[in-house]
Amino acid sequence: MSMYDAFQYFTGMATAVAGDSAPPDHAVMTQGLVRNYGDVQALRGVDLAVKKGEIYGILGPNGAGKSTLVKVLCTLLAPHGGLALVAGHDVETGPEAVRLRIGVALQDVALDDRQTGRELLMLQGRLYGLRRSQIRRRLAQVLDLVDIGDAIDRRIGTYSGGMKRRLNLAAALMHNPEILFLDEPTTGLDPISRSAVWEEIRRLNQELTMTIILTTQYLDEADALADRVAIIDGGTIVAEGTPSELKRSVGQDLIVAEVDRDDPCVVRTLAALPGIDSASAEGGRIVVTTSDGAAQLSPVAVALDKTVLTVASLTLRTPTLDDVFLELTGAHIGASNH
Amino acid sequence: MILAVGDDTIVAAQSSLAHDVGAVAGRALRQIPREPTSVIPAVFVPAFFYVVNLGAFENIAKAGGDFDYKAFLIPMAIAFAVTGMSRAPTLDTDIDGGYFDRLCLTPVRRSALLFGLMLADVVVLVALCVPVLVMGFAVGVRFRTGAPGIVVFVVLCAMWGLVFTGFPYAVALKTGSPAAVNACFIIFFPLFFLTDAVVPKAAMTGWFATIATYNPVTYLLGALRSLISTGWQPAALAEGLAAVMGIGALSMTLAALALGGRVRRRN
Repeated sequence: MSMYDAFQYFTGMATAVAGDSAPPDHAVMTQGLVRNYGDVQALRGVDLAVKKGEIYGILGPNGAGKSTLVKVLCTLLAPHGGLALVAGHDVETGPEAVRLRIGVALQDVALDDRQTGRELLMLQGRLYGLRRSQIRRRLAQVLDLVDIGDAIDRRIGTYSGGMKRRLNLAAALMHNPEILFLDEPTTGLDPISRSAVWEEIRRLNQELTMTIILTTQYLDEADALADRVAIIDGGTIVAEGTPSELKRSVGQDLIVAEVDRDDPCVVRTLAALPGIDSASAEGGRIVVTTSDGAAQLSPVAVALDKTVLTVASLTLRTPTLDDVFLELTGAHIGASNH
Repeated sequence: MILAVGDDTIVAAQSSLAHDVGAVAGRALRQIPREPTSVIPAVFVPAFFYVVNLGAFENIAKAGGDFDYKAFLIPMAIAFAVTGMSRAPTLDTDIDGGYFDRLCLTPVRRSALLFGLMLADVVVLVALCVPVLVMGFAVGVRFRTGAPGIVVFVVLCAMWGLVFTGFPYAVALKTGSPAAVNACFIIFFPLFFLTDAVVPKAAMTGWFATIATYNPVTYLLGALRSLISTGWQPAALAEGLAAVMGIGALSMTLAALALGGRVRRRN
């Protein structure tokens, strides 16, 4: 603790700053949050405002800064600039208070393979200051969530990936946190396990009104779970809103043509058609945005027929979050991952 | 699945340091029976060296007169058992596997992450003294200081073993590398063999005796021997204790600095 930190601590200034800056209905708030790894800026001034009781999705490709953001918010990494308040406490001046109020299930499931599932959960309870009777009661409650039967008394090293994920979630819930951070909770899971985790996240939020902040690189996950989504790319938030708002921001309907090559002239021709908002092409796919897809599908088809391109398919659909990402960053989220 | 995880009576709180140390030590001790190979060598290696040295040198040692070489060698055997025995490799595994980060996400006091492991080490170190003492009793070694002397002997051995753990913990926390932790054993050799562990100082050549004189472990061994062979000798015990404290001041400072660096939230 520096002299300045010590002064703030003993005078209560840190609490006053947190109290003044964080609206009472906000679980997490950041302003201009910066975090570097050497010369690399992983977070370049992130502004977030997560309300209590919402599921907040942080969507972005690998390396966008999602995990770094979560690690700063849950006090594992110190910020290099800006302000971050979690449950009303500054992560820099009051990390101990933050830790008591959050549960964290990080992407790299670190569970200690040499312990049994029960031992791990009991130790977790002890480290959060729960009494033995509380730990026993809590264990019975979260064991229903873990749903791994007798395996709870087996060493974690023998668990499947799905069992480890569920145990990881149970460990994060042992102390009944106000805010739950889930870092890519379904990465690497099979579709059935993924669906089960989604269901649990919804229930935790709905039945306990627990604030849940989840990072994901899966568009459908953010779309299906999150009340609001922040799209992060290159260490900055490039868009934020409900999934519907974000999708509406790129136009109401999309006409997508799979073609044999990209041709800027064709894109310009399509963009110039009446009723068309915009047109873009990438990787043999032309995307046309319009407010009335049904009416514009035929003119687009006719225009394409007059070009030298070979059209493999022509579809009309509503926008996805991938379209939002493409609009904002110029690349598909999947392509960015690669 | 039935979800019943909401419970308003469950509220997290920061525990006392003693509580945190106990929790971390409990986990470390539970792992020991599951990894017996981490302890078994510390039982057999001292017995091996004791028997080999006894067989090789007892007659030479006795040639100079009535000298109880069996008693003389017991401190060597016990120091062999307790030196370098620590949970540092486990700490390395935790750091490497990310479990250390999980612990850092909890409100556990950071010092407890080290003190807890050291408390577990003390339990193991005391337990390791037992087979060596039994071996000594079996060959006829007796303590002139009686049962209280045995207790002081074990306490001094455990203190020495504990202060030596500071080195591997410092390396584990600084590097997170199991290979680097294993390399700490090289500290053991000069500290241990450049002493009168096997041969009385009077029988040494000049340069070796000089080094042994300045080696703090010589004084630890001297204090332990005094409890067996000569009775209560406050001066010898004070020298032994000072040697342990001196090494401990260095090793524990290094471990504390390494812990501080590890938990400083990676600036």
